[in-house]
Amino acid sequence: MSDHKTMTLTLIVWRQKSATDPGKFETYTAKNITSHHSFLEMLDCVNEDLINADKEPIVFDHDCREGICGMCSQVINGKPHGGQERTTVCQLHMRKFKDGDTIYIEPWRARAFPIVKDLIVDRAALDTIIQAGGYTSCHTGGVPDGNAVMIPKPIAEEATDAAECIGCGACVAGCPNGAAMLFTGAKVSQLALLPQGRPEAAARVLKMTAAASECGFGNCSNHYECGAVCPKGVDVKFIARMNREFIKAQFA
Amino acid sequence: MQFTSSSIGRKILMAITGQAMVLFAVVHLLGNSSIFGWLNGGINAYAEHLHSLPLPIIIGFRLALLALVCVHIWFGIQLTLENRDARTKQYAVKSTQKTTFASENMIWTGSLIALFIVYHLAHFTFQVVNPETAALKNLVPLHNEMVPNVLGMVVAGFKNFFITFIYAGAMVALFLHLSHGIQSFFQTMGWSNDRSQPIIIRLGTLVALGLFLGYVIIPLTVFAGILKG
Repeated sequence: MSDHKTMTLTLIVWRQKSATDPGKFETYTAKNITSHHSFLEMLDCVNEDLINADKEPIVFDHDCREGICGMCSQVINGKPHGGQERTTVCQLHMRKFKDGDTIYIEPWRARAFPIVKDLIVDRAALDTIIQAGGYTSCHTGGVPDGNAVMIPKPIAEEATDAAECIGCGACVAGCPNGAAMLFTGAKVSQLALLPQGRPEAAARVLKMTAAASECGFGNCSNHYECGAVCPKGVDVKFIARMNREFIKAQFA
Repeated sequence: MQFTSSSIGRKILMAITGQAMVLFAVVHLLGNSSIFGWLNGGINAYAEHLHSLPLPIIIGFRLALLALVCVHIWFGIQLTLENRDARTKQYAVKSTQKTTFASENMIWTGSLIALFIVYHLAHFTFQVVNPETAALKNLVPLHNEMVPNVLGMVVAGFKNFFITFIYAGAMVALFLHLSHGIQSFFQTMGWSNDRSQPIIIRLGTLVALGLFLGYVIIPLTVFAGILKG
């Protein structure tokens, strides 16, 4: 390893014992951190120190650590996933920070995402939105012939862009209104773009947007913060497409 | 779910009523610009032309405008309260990337504009702010008839620093409100995509800036003594 220098950082972390606990910030020192540590590995080091000192480790969500599962969910210095473009927390590396930095770490904040503990929030509300209509109810028979259903490449690509959403909830966390319209718009668009999704498109957009409101998510007022913080670069054009589908559904 | 209780339905109502008011603001500015004399008889002739329209048209137009304002304010307040409720706790560090001062403060710039409209109506429509300069009481000859002296009322009003200040301040609020509102309309109606949106945002801000400059130039030129009664 060419770089032997280590960093010492001050972490100001949100600690909350349970959903009902009011919670507060606690300050920790992260020592012996190299630029090669990922952000989560840095937290692992801090937790090791905490465990050795017989203290409760910082609880945070993580799974694949490859930037594809959508589990990690931290607001770092006010930015969901830390603010590096198209990057989840697990793929954020400590080379983005300097020795002596103070870092604020907070959970996703939205009424629809109740805090379970420390940095873990309950994102089941996103599942509720999907359950309301984020599917096609066609019967799957045998394997169809390739290209039996013709889909122009630009359409297929746009649907895939929408399908990139990993459901991490950063759009909700970033939105000043706590709205889930980018998440909902991405799924509505993905299915509405493809022939298999068209038959149920009108019912789907109505059911999914209603479910989002019922879950306690806010309303979109076009801040476009969601698109800026999305680790998968899902574009706000999918919210526009969802709005268009919503208007079409009024006449369906 | 009903259109008027759904999230996107109300957003669409906000967008359509807002955009209709932008169209009104454009027409209103074109009318105001007659003060610079491109119309024979100036703003007095323009005002006389408007007031000589059939009464049902005038009343209908005013009621329609009032309805637009009421719908926009009602849903604006409702959505803002809901959105605050959906995000009760703020982050310790505020670091937004795309959110603008204008987009975050729509409720406040909107409130200022609403207060201004009340004042503006009291000033030039009901003419109770400076009763001695009221156009309806000071008739001047125009094309062989006596008409209200709108020009005299406008000029007398804007010679006052505080009145000019209120108008200029309100136009700053209008600029901020529209710099977010105009482009927002196209996103809400689903008429933008990743390629068109950056252009729409720029054009929206440009139109808002045009309206701001167009409106603010009248009180400022009067106050500076360039435009005389």
